Amino acid sequence: MEEIVVISGKGGTGKTTLAASFAVLAGGDLVLADADVDAANLSLLLTPEQLESHPFIASSVAVLDRERCTECGLCRELCRFDAISEDYRIEPISCEGCTVCSRACPEEAIAMEEVVSGHWFLSQTPYGKLVHARLGIAEENSGRLVTLVRNEARELAKAEQKKYLLTDGPPGIGCPVIASLSGATKALIVTEPTISGIHDLKRVLQVCRQFDVPPAVCINRCDLDEENTRTIEAYCAGESVEVAAKIPFYREVTEALIRAKPVVSYTEGPAAADIARLWGNISANGSQAD
Amino acid sequence: MIIAIASGKGGTGKTTVATNLALVISEKTKVQFLDCDVEEPNAHLFLKPELQSSEPVSIPVPRVDLERCTYCGICAEVCAFNAIMVGKETVLVFEPLCHGCGGCTYFCPEKAISEVDRPIGVLEKGPAGPLSFVHGKLNPGEALSPPLIKAVKKTVDPSALTIVDAAPGASCPVVEAIQGSDYCLLVTEPTPFGLNDLIIAVELLKKLNLPGGVVINRSLGGEGEAEMESYCRQEGVPILLRMPWDRELASLYARGEPAVAHLPAWRKHFAGLLEQLPVEIEEGR
Repeated sequence: MEEIVVISGKGGTGKTTLAASFAVLAGGDLVLADADVDAANLSLLLTPEQLESHPFIASSVAVLDRERCTECGLCRELCRFDAISEDYRIEPISCEGCTVCSRACPEEAIAMEEVVSGHWFLSQTPYGKLVHARLGIAEENSGRLVTLVRNEARELAKAEQKKYLLTDGPPGIGCPVIASLSGATKALIVTEPTISGIHDLKRVLQVCRQFDVPPAVCINRCDLDEENTRTIEAYCAGESVEVAAKIPFYREVTEALIRAKPVVSYTEGPAAADIARLWGNISANGSQAD
Repeated sequence: MIIAIASGKGGTGKTTVATNLALVISEKTKVQFLDCDVEEPNAHLFLKPELQSSEPVSIPVPRVDLERCTYCGICAEVCAFNAIMVGKETVLVFEPLCHGCGGCTYFCPEKAISEVDRPIGVLEKGPAGPLSFVHGKLNPGEALSPPLIKAVKKTVDPSALTIVDAAPGASCPVVEAIQGSDYCLLVTEPTPFGLNDLIIAVELLKKLNLPGGVVINRSLGGEGEAEMESYCRQEGVPILLRMPWDRELASLYARGEPAVAHLPAWRKHFAGLLEQLPVEIEEGR
């Protein structure tokens, strides 16, 4: 099975737009995972029907019993996350669930309570099953939720003997991105010809290297600044990273997005042809590597 | 006074709004710029600061003295992050999982654990024209950004107006960046993704009890924005600025040039945005 992850470093370069079209192009032979658990958008384009919903419990927060508390100050002294105020209130948003205060309290006045940090879902789309999630607002553990989403999707893809597991990744380079990359056979990095895009591409490529995931690059809206596009191509050549596609700005892509449709379902024009070529390129390269 | 710039969705124009607004305000008062998107910091590409200092930011991780260790296993039991494992004659520390809570060190009955600093990124500072600029850069491969964001936030200068540029999303790195601000601008775009993620961002502000307003980027006006407008009305969140789709703006952005320095129309847009913010500026400071 090929595990292709779409990431970008910089946000808003077109990850989800491309992933939705790849879902259509794979002709039903895939399982999808949306690993952007903060702001999941893939489902908006794929008309999913929810089959299952599960709570995500990964951590606990400290809860203080005022009756027992003698305000000795030990918990405040030990807490490294500034989660306990001067008047002994525990701020759940700051609490990381490390349990130090609860274990140390001489009066046993602090209990740990499990929190539901989000939910994950299994849905059916016309193109294959989709595992996605929603992390609660201001919650932690996005990396663990991403790992859970990908593991569920991977098991499903194995059970259904699908050729591809396609993951729509989050922006950035931190824990949810690292969790998205683990076990992947290819990372498609979607960038744009802006100096921010170039800067972020270099950083996300370093992360791919560290976690040993072979990268390929797509330069999206490549006609926005041709000089920057040439800079990216030269950089990739120097790093022996394949540029799998250069896709110019197409009005149909924006139109498809506004109508919440995958580009290749909305138009048969050049935008769709470019995306199909890119999918052919990364999916074929993947199987050669087997 | 701290004004934070955030967005649920990435790539909506946070850095464009943050840098241009900072430049407009700096004509009137002392401004400090904190780039708290430490995973992918970009503001320096536009503000071009002269970075004069660079210091590592670390988190404390345990170091076990095996001479003293009795392999009792208490450290592994208290670690909520599964970052330490005790075998028969060995103790393994998984540093990337460690949150630096200090639990293992505190509870070790043999006092066999001390802490050493593990660098996760750098904090860089310097002037950018009239602005004072600070950003954090997470080392690629590091998972935990909040301690670095905290270090950037610690540099807040109370005598200046501080602009904070946050990461996209709505989880811990964003909370760390925008917590403690006086006002938060949410930058969005008129697409189904933009609306979906704006709703998440507005919920985040409510949870943190932060007042805020919305900037719609790449605005085409008309019908397309009706749903977003009615959502904002219903939530009582004002739309402060509509930034029209502008090829010239996009091309300046691509090259790392701040729009207010080149396009008078955009100076006007951002000056207008400033007027709507709850900021009191003493002229001529």
